[in-house]
Amino acid sequence: MTEKNILSNVSLQTPSQTVGPYFAYGLTPEQYRYDFKSLRSNELISPLDANAITLSGKVYDGQHQIIPDAMIELWQQDSRGQHWGRFGSGTLEENKYLFYIHTPEIVDDQAPYLTVILFMRGQLIHSYTRIYYEDFSTWNEKDEVFQLAGERKSTLIARKTSKGYEFNIYMQGEKETVFFDV
Amino acid sequence: MNLFNSFDPEVQPSTLAPAYKSTILRAPLKPLIPIKKYIKDLSVPVYGDFKPGDLDHDLTKNSIVNGQPVGERIIVHGKVLNENGQPIPNTLIEIWQANACGRYVHKVDQHDAPLDPNFLGAGRCMTDATGHYQFYSIKPGAYPWGNHYNAWRPNHIHFSLFGTHLAQRLVTQMYFPGDPLLQFDPIFLSLPPKGRNLLISTFDMDRTEENFALAYRFDFVLRGYNATPFEK
Repeated sequence: MTEKNILSNVSLQTPSQTVGPYFAYGLTPEQYRYDFKSLRSNELISPLDANAITLSGKVYDGQHQIIPDAMIELWQQDSRGQHWGRFGSGTLEENKYLFYIHTPEIVDDQAPYLTVILFMRGQLIHSYTRIYYEDFSTWNEKDEVFQLAGERKSTLIARKTSKGYEFNIYMQGEKETVFFDV
Repeated sequence: MNLFNSFDPEVQPSTLAPAYKSTILRAPLKPLIPIKKYIKDLSVPVYGDFKPGDLDHDLTKNSIVNGQPVGERIIVHGKVLNENGQPIPNTLIEIWQANACGRYVHKVDQHDAPLDPNFLGAGRCMTDATGHYQFYSIKPGAYPWGNHYNAWRPNHIHFSLFGTHLAQRLVTQMYFPGDPLLQFDPIFLSLPPKGRNLLISTFDMDRTEENFALAYRFDFVLRGYNATPFEK
C-alpha cells in the first residue's frame, strides 16, 4: 500500500448476531403461513415457466442431524439478469429446502453457479457458499473459485435429479461444505 | 475495483462460542476460503416489484385486530452507513421481535407468556436519501430459553439488512441500555469486548414524542472497502 487510506476506520462494523429460531414470521412469513407479506419467495423463476427447474436439499449439523430452522438465500445470475429467493427449512417433508431456478447456462464462457447465504440458530455470522452443477464439469474445472476449494471442491457440486438438482449442506464433519470469505 | 473488508475480528463474534450451545454442532470448523478478488458483481438489492406495506414501518399498527398492542411504545431510529462513513440510502431493513411479554408469534416459541392479538412483531423500513431510518414498535420483553439453567435473553430487536453488495449482508440484534441480563447472555457475550457496546442502542430523549413514545438511537455500520484499488 502506497499511502494510508484516509477513509478507513471511520466507523467500526456493527457486529453480527444469530438469526435465531424465530425468524420465520419476519423473514419468510408466507411460507410459514403468517399474515405478513413476504419480501421474497423460493421462486427465482415461476414454477410454471418452461425454463424452471428445482434445486432442493437438506442442511446437516455436526452430528448428521437435519437442521429444521435454517434460512437460505439463493442468488442466480445469468444472461437475463440477477434473480434471488429465500426459503426456510421448516415447512417441507424431511426439512428440505426448495427453490425454483432458471436452467443453468454458460455466460461469458464461465461455469454457471449459484451464490448461497445461510443463516440459522447457532450461527453467529452467516455463511457464504457456492453451488456448481455436476454436468458442467469442464467449465467447473476452469473456474478459479471452484479450483480454490482444492480437494474439498466436490462439496460444491449439485447432483442432477429428474426435476433439477440436489445439493446438501454440511456444517461440519468430513464432508463439511466449503464456505467463503467474500 | 474495490475489495470489501472482511468481518472485523476485533468486533465480530467468533463463530464457535461454546457457551452458546447451538454453535457447537452448527459453526463451520474449517477456515473460510477467501474469494473476494474473483467476485465480479454481487450488487444488491434486487427487491424486484416488492413494495413495503403502508404500515410496515409501524409495528404498533400493522397487525391491529381489536385494539392497540400492549406495552411501552418506542421509536427506533438511526443511520445505515458503511465503514468508510458513507450513508447508504434507500436500503431495506427487516425487523422482527418478541412482544412486550417476551413472547414470539413463531409457533415454535412455547414460552408460557401471553400472545398479543394486536401485535405481530414483524416490520420493514427503508432508509431515506441520507441513510436515515425510523420505525415505531413496542419495547420487547425478556424471555427464557433453554441454553442453560435459568437462561434469559435480554430485551432485543432482530434486524436484517442487505446494503448494496452481498458482502454487506448483516443480520444482528439491537439491545437496550442498562439491561441487567446482558452480562449473562452468551449470544451477546460471544462478541469481543470492543464489539459489545456497538449493539447497545442509546436512549434518545430528543426524539421521544411527548405523551406518546420513548426513543432509542441505533446506527448500522455495514462492511466498507479499502479505498486503495486492488491490483493483481
